[in-house]
Amino acid sequence: MKFRGKITDIGYIQHFTNVVGTIAKLVKSCILRITEDKVFFILSERVGDTGAQVWCELSQSHFFNEYAMEGVSEEANEIYLEVSPDLLLRSLRTANTAKWLKIKLTKKHTPCLTFEIDLPSGTLHQRLVVHDVPVTVVARKHWPDFAEPVMPKFDVSIALPQLRLLKSVVDKMKNLSNYVALSANCNGEMKLSVETDMVAVNTHFQGLHNPSWCRDGGDGGLSSQSGDLDRDPQEFATSRVHIRRFAQFLNSQQVNPDKVVCNIVHHRMAHFFLMHDDVTLQYFLPVVSR
Amino acid sequence: MESQTSTLSTQRAEEDNQYLLVAALDNARNVSTMLKAVHFKDTATVFASPMGLKVTVEDAKCAQANAFVQEAIFHEYSIKEDQLAFKINLTVLLECLTIFGGSAGPGANTSLKMCYAGYGCPLILMLEEDGVLTDCSLKTLEPDEVLDFDFCSDNVVNKIIMKSECLKEVFNELDTTSEVLQILMSPDQPFLQFSTFGNAGSTHSSFPKDSEMVESFECTQTQTNRYKISLLKPSVKALALSTRISIRTDSRGFLSLQYMIRTEDGQICFVEYFCAPDEEVER
Repeated sequence: MKFRGKITDIGYIQHFTNVVGTIAKLVKSCILRITEDKVFFILSERVGDTGAQVWCELSQSHFFNEYAMEGVSEEANEIYLEVSPDLLLRSLRTANTAKWLKIKLTKKHTPCLTFEIDLPSGTLHQRLVVHDVPVTVVARKHWPDFAEPVMPKFDVSIALPQLRLLKSVVDKMKNLSNYVALSANCNGEMKLSVETDMVAVNTHFQGLHNPSWCRDGGDGGLSSQSGDLDRDPQEFATSRVHIRRFAQFLNSQQVNPDKVVCNIVHHRMAHFFLMHDDVTLQYFLPVVSR
Repeated sequence: MESQTSTLSTQRAEEDNQYLLVAALDNARNVSTMLKAVHFKDTATVFASPMGLKVTVEDAKCAQANAFVQEAIFHEYSIKEDQLAFKINLTVLLECLTIFGGSAGPGANTSLKMCYAGYGCPLILMLEEDGVLTDCSLKTLEPDEVLDFDFCSDNVVNKIIMKSECLKEVFNELDTTSEVLQILMSPDQPFLQFSTFGNAGSTHSSFPKDSEMVESFECTQTQTNRYKISLLKPSVKALALSTRISIRTDSRGFLSLQYMIRTEDGQICFVEYFCAPDEEVER
């Protein structure tokens, strides 16, 4: 099992740091999956907690100038590591002026991801910072636990409104209730509702974009099917989710996505899909029943 | 209670008819600022009259704060009865009023419409910013009997009007290990003095009557009264927002603090704070 990668562009070092920062705001511990052409951050929480799932995908060639990996075996040419994104982030923070950044899988006392960071020194001498972040190698028999979540056929797909107002509304609603009902229809309307014994609050967004999805037969859930074409455009699909988890997702955004799409499977789940030219992040929130 | 109101867009003038109170304004912050000034307990009693709204919050039956949001603050204000009263959860009301974020931003104004259909009905709020609508339905509760401090201007012994600025320092740095704040008002030296008696010692802050902070000084006799700091401390919220303050005491030693607050639109509103004395020292 071998892995080493090198980033020499400060822009991409910072971008990579922002991606890890986003993940760190969402989860305490996650799986780093390394394959020949992609790097993934994966979380699948047990149903006993909130059952939230994160699936973040980066194309390696976009970030890394040098990239070499060798998986556990030839037919399973992949590496799964359990990491703390917060520790990764702390190592990466020192690299915000770096000339280059090397990430290696090493064996010290325990398996580690070693970050080598070459900082500008202003002299002829090299100024090198090395961080060893302990990781746990995930045995092959557990790999299926971290398979890409299957996106069920969703009822409505809608682009989220401007984050400034949305964040503020969700943060206020968070103080009123633990759950929020997310509703949307195919007519560009979205509604957030909380209801407690003291108060009922509904916020309506309109004029939003309903993206159309096409089947491209690619690698699974990203190429989802379009919503039900026979669906009444006025009819709302609703998912009631943990408001803290939703707020956390909204507040985690550090990469300024081109677009955030919310897909709703009526009474089953809300799926958020964040698109950036080189990063995609999916966030799955199952519904909480009354 | 469950009935859901329609959104702003479908709300028509004729529908307003079912309400006893309809109040609307372009900048919800003008109202939320006033309510924040008296937000030191979860619940408040709202009195609506043709003059406007009075929001009353009480603590321990010894202190009372009133925020007056006069009719002129609203762009539309109609009420069908002389007086309406209901109790409401102020914390929840403030969360609703600031749902689009309380901070000022260029061109980011939240417009507000408030409706109340009468006893037992919820308070309906409709807020709009940037084409985004929020409707809220807050349960109203049986109004409490509020205290009557019987503070009448005929019995006022001492009265000082001053700029809030200097008092903000005094109140923010109050020694909270002291149980009481002693206020001395006198026609003679030291004119106006605030004292605390805490674990680490006593403090005294005095203001001469010719201080440029003092705008009006009408003291007729020397009065020293003590007030529980825990009861006075919540008035700091109103003080922080105000530009001027009027300090009055009556012959019984009751304290009236009136705060003048300027809204973002330049209108003047008042918050009034009453507090009963802790013990009589000497007259």
